Amino acid sequence: MTWETVIGLEVHVQLATHSKLFSGSSTRFGAAPNTQANVYDLALPGTLPVLNAEALRMAVQFGLAIGAEIGLTSVFDRKNYFYPDLPKGYQTSQLAHPTVGKGALTITRDDGSTQTIGITRAHMEEDAGKSLHEEFPHATGIDLNRAGTPLLEIVSEPELRSAKDAVAYLKKLHSLITYLGISDGDMSQGSMRCDANVSVRKVGATEFGTRAEIKNINSFRFVEKAILVDAQRQIDLIEEGGKVVQETRLYDADKNQTRSMRSKEVANDYRYFPEPDLLPVVIDDAYIAAVRATLPELPDVKAARLQSQYGLSVYDANVLASERATAAYFEEVAQTARDAKLAANWVMVDLQAVLNKNALTIAQSPVSAAALAGLILRIKDNTLSSKIAKTVFEAMVAGEGNADAIIAAKGLTQVTDTHAIEQLIDTVLANNPTQVAQYRAGQEKVFTFFIGQVMKESKGKANPAQVNDLLKAKLAGN
Amino acid sequence: MNLNPGTASPNITNPNITNHSLSAIARALKNGDYSSVELTRAYLDRIAAHGGALNAYITVTAERALAQAEAADARRAKGESQPLLGVPLAHKDLFCTAGVRTSCGSRMLDKFIAPYDATVVAKLDAAGMVTLGKTNMDEFAMGSSNENSWYGAVRNPWNHALVPGGSSGGSAAAVAARLCPIATGTDTGGSVRQPASFCGLTGLKATYGRISRWGMIAYASSLDQAGVLAQNAADCALLLQGMAGFDPKDSTSAQVAVPDYAAALHQPLQGLRIGLPKEHFAEGLSLEVEQQIRAALAVFERLGATLVEVSLPNSHLSICAYYVIAPAEASANLSRYDGVRYGYRCERPKDLEDLYKRSRSEGFGNEVKRRIMVGTYALSAGYYEAYYGKAQKVRRLIKDDFTRAFQEVDVIMGPTTPGTAFALGSKTKDPVTMYLEDIYTIAVNLAGLPGMSIPAGQVHGLPIGLQIVGRDFDEARLLNVAHQFQQASDWHTRTPPGVSG
Repeated sequence: MTWETVIGLEVHVQLATHSKLFSGSSTRFGAAPNTQANVYDLALPGTLPVLNAEALRMAVQFGLAIGAEIGLTSVFDRKNYFYPDLPKGYQTSQLAHPTVGKGALTITRDDGSTQTIGITRAHMEEDAGKSLHEEFPHATGIDLNRAGTPLLEIVSEPELRSAKDAVAYLKKLHSLITYLGISDGDMSQGSMRCDANVSVRKVGATEFGTRAEIKNINSFRFVEKAILVDAQRQIDLIEEGGKVVQETRLYDADKNQTRSMRSKEVANDYRYFPEPDLLPVVIDDAYIAAVRATLPELPDVKAARLQSQYGLSVYDANVLASERATAAYFEEVAQTARDAKLAANWVMVDLQAVLNKNALTIAQSPVSAAALAGLILRIKDNTLSSKIAKTVFEAMVAGEGNADAIIAAKGLTQVTDTHAIEQLIDTVLANNPTQVAQYRAGQEKVFTFFIGQVMKESKGKANPAQVNDLLKAKLAGN
Repeated sequence: MNLNPGTASPNITNPNITNHSLSAIARALKNGDYSSVELTRAYLDRIAAHGGALNAYITVTAERALAQAEAADARRAKGESQPLLGVPLAHKDLFCTAGVRTSCGSRMLDKFIAPYDATVVAKLDAAGMVTLGKTNMDEFAMGSSNENSWYGAVRNPWNHALVPGGSSGGSAAAVAARLCPIATGTDTGGSVRQPASFCGLTGLKATYGRISRWGMIAYASSLDQAGVLAQNAADCALLLQGMAGFDPKDSTSAQVAVPDYAAALHQPLQGLRIGLPKEHFAEGLSLEVEQQIRAALAVFERLGATLVEVSLPNSHLSICAYYVIAPAEASANLSRYDGVRYGYRCERPKDLEDLYKRSRSEGFGNEVKRRIMVGTYALSAGYYEAYYGKAQKVRRLIKDDFTRAFQEVDVIMGPTTPGTAFALGSKTKDPVTMYLEDIYTIAVNLAGLPGMSIPAGQVHGLPIGLQIVGRDFDEARLLNVAHQFQQASDWHTRTPPGVSG
């Protein structure tokens, strides 16, 4: 029996405002506990909320970026529940009239295929504080620095059909919010948090199965693993004659399994009602037009442009366009070096490897775009073989200067002088008569041995294409 | 005794300075008849001597008051002369006052020292007013008799066996007994107008959005609005001038210009059209009260006004709608009192749930708990549309009734309450009887309109109030109408037995 997984994601994105959604407290991460909580954040009697205009603008930016309907009148509601890190006893959120309505996001898979995923809505709400259970024996600490931080909750339609697609969706979302600059999207700090609604059904079925909601998954990798493991749990359960129950589950990364949260924790009646301390937020077309004018070139448009302008493949264009800074870096390299193919390869392969190894962002790259372009220019004018270029690049990463300085200092200029290469070949052939005889007897595999020997003799500096041609000619009998 | 007036203390030369209205005080301070410090001392002495019997104050801030009075006198010495400078007042104990206990009449906040000022407090402080103390009130402003206070009931200065009305009962009793010249109050369903009526005062509830709610502890956010309890309309105008205006800290405060209220008082009433809602002159209204109200209306006719019958056909629904909307909002507004960060916390909680349950059970009184439960029920899954949703629709119908009526008339008048002040303990057993106290006032809150109650007669020696309701932000007209009546009548000058006017 073949099963299909049905996934919908609810993603909480922390908006990169300077102050909180309804108060002037700072949202900076990592301050000493409770130093960024004012009288409103502490829910002192008599305090009132005032909406952060920057948060509204960011929500509208997101809505425009996914082609969504923007709510001209959006309404905040109170979601009531008791918890020590929820100071007011209610979370101010949006229920019936969110700022962002229906929109869509196109995901790109590794094979270059694409799919458009519907987004149901995105609404603004305030974050809760943090409960610290481990630091205090026999007690729970409450840190309200995060309480009131603006969140945008982005809800997808249940249109994703695999864990990999879910990750592709998240990556696309991440790309979009960082492009817009509305969030740093840092999952490790909770700036982007994901809940996954997962159900399974037989392929061809039209009804959805009963779903489980997996809460608060904090990395792309764990999202993939959590969905896979819970889908399998559901399949096993059904195949053994059981039934999936609708419940909230937590993913345990150490054990790679999901477990049910106690029903008591989730059996809340939130008693939503419109927040009477805030008036409905009314915006007009002029406001929307003004926000639209601030939108940068978005990932899909940029990827298409990179394909047409630089002749890149769909895959390369999408990888480079996924991050705004990477795309800008690539374009600078490609334009300065006047070679898009080399630029794409160096940025996506060599530079990316260095960044990954050292956990750096492109903005923190030890090699600037201008410097990388300088290296590529030396490859193009045959000063460097691609092999030597890698040595020079390593030296650039190590901070030894630009390509020309390193070439000069190490004497790494490529040997392209035909006469000099012929002398090297002659030496190698003279030193290896057995192999020469083998080659001439028809064992053509020995040819690569000669290439290696010549390159070694030149300390890697001989132009490989020239070595190839000249060696062939020599062995052919001259 | 041969007292030399030239050397005697001002308290003796002016034994009745605590009887002055705000307007009279402003003149006296300006003329140098007495200083703010002298006046403040006189009030503090009077509170010490007579305050206990009425239980009107929860906290008297004597030291702070004298320091404010000294500062006001110093400002005056430098040439300042605005009308509120150096004038004492009392604040209902739900306006947060920095460094002073702000209890909201609740055990929950018995030890709560507010770390910040309500906008109303800050504005009046800045104008140079002197805060004598914080007045008693029904817990979290829930009540119509001031019997629901953790600090005990307040007594009516006209008869200590009677209630002063509520929830601003402490403010009303304090002004009526001249324990302060004027006081702030708040009005969610009648909590300024009904005590004004019971205590023979002029009370004003502003239009929703006219006065900032920042720092005014919430009962029902969409209905709560600050107001004034005063000896007359002119005093109301002066204090309202100091309280009104847009506040960026309150998203529901209105960006509507504040007129000069005192200047508007003197306009003649020739041509004024007064609407009388037939529903407010119907069953439930005592005959004696009706007679007094009709007599007062005759005064307006003599002043050139025309009486027009109007209808507010949905007014019979206002109590039902109010007792869904207000408790619903209260149930959420009061969730913050959880024993975690401040306020009352039970002894030795076993776990989190025990902390919540016992802190709230022990910290809140019965009426507060009743309304939290009603509100929680009304918002519950499956009941929301039937209760909260429907109540909001009724609210719109009530607003529409007023809008229609105001197409024909300039103000609407009627009795503030169905009867006079009732005996302490007489209505505490039956919440619904108590709720009916606000039958004429509640619709005004649901519609967000400004309303006043002015003394308009007496029944068996007890004051009764005439309610005046105006269009949105038309406080100036209400004050004008009230002032002109007070120029032609003397009900507002009557004082409780033993209190000289």
